[in-house]
Amino acid sequence: MSLNYYQLFYLQPLFNIALKTLETNYRQIQSEAHPDRFVTATATEKLASMQLATLANEAYQTLKNPASRAKYLLELHGINAINESNTSMPTDFLMQQMQWRETLEDASMAHDISTLEALLSEMQAEAKSLQADLSLWFDERKDYANACETTRKLIFIDKVCADIQQAIDLLD
Amino acid sequence: MAYSDKVLDHYENPRNVGTLDKNDPNVGTGMVGAPACGDVMKLMIKVNDDGIIEDAKFKTYGCGSAIASSSLVTEWLKGKTIDEAYAIKNSAIAEELALPPVKIHCSVLAEDAIKAAVADIKAKKQLLVDSE
Repeated sequence: MSLNYYQLFYLQPLFNIALKTLETNYRQIQSEAHPDRFVTATATEKLASMQLATLANEAYQTLKNPASRAKYLLELHGINAINESNTSMPTDFLMQQMQWRETLEDASMAHDISTLEALLSEMQAEAKSLQADLSLWFDERKDYANACETTRKLIFIDKVCADIQQAIDLLD
Repeated sequence: MAYSDKVLDHYENPRNVGTLDKNDPNVGTGMVGAPACGDVMKLMIKVNDDGIIEDAKFKTYGCGSAIASSSLVTEWLKGKTIDEAYAIKNSAIAEELALPPVKIHCSVLAEDAIKAAVADIKAKKQLLVDSE
């Protein structure tokens, strides 16, 4: 039986996780599976340790980031948050996305770093608030429909954040 | 990944970019989004009393294929009835633009934007009929 990412790090399958525990248990696995420990091991053992190290790395990256953790947690509940045939989002959220995108576009054209930075902090605050919502939907209410919609929003926000950061880097 | 010539053409010279007056009772708006890549698409159609689409405008934030898909459909929509518009399939968009499999979702987004805009104008006109 293969372990899921949470089981691998001895974590409860929740949105709110102890990042310290995640970090510690990840380091532990990485050191146990380190190639230096398997110099004299059999080929099978070498392969197994390499596979474990790869799995741990993938699991750690997935659980460390709130949006990918939420997406993964939904998968454990049989829900695909980014199903391509589902393009409907709350209209007010999409309108706001458009506005943010327009601000980003205008500010980039105008080489206006302070507006970009203000927009970035607004987005980061928005992301924080969505993460608070996610721990409510996932951990307290077990409401996976709302968790899915909030996850989709967070993925959008993360994308805008990345694009703003990129625009700032280009101007710097 | 290489884009087809048609995608590049629409991407470099997008047709009908802009907005229509959303308060116009003859204008329907469709907003859709794809979290997988963070694309947002707004499609607006202006429909006359015979149910014919007279004008269409779009605004899309996304990759080249998403922009090309929405640009293409605004060209297709003009002159069509709203029922014909509703029947447009993403596969036709994908075929016309020669979209690779990983970009098929961009054509899905465009199809859904049309459906949302048609639903919006139908709801708007229905409301008008009801209030008369």
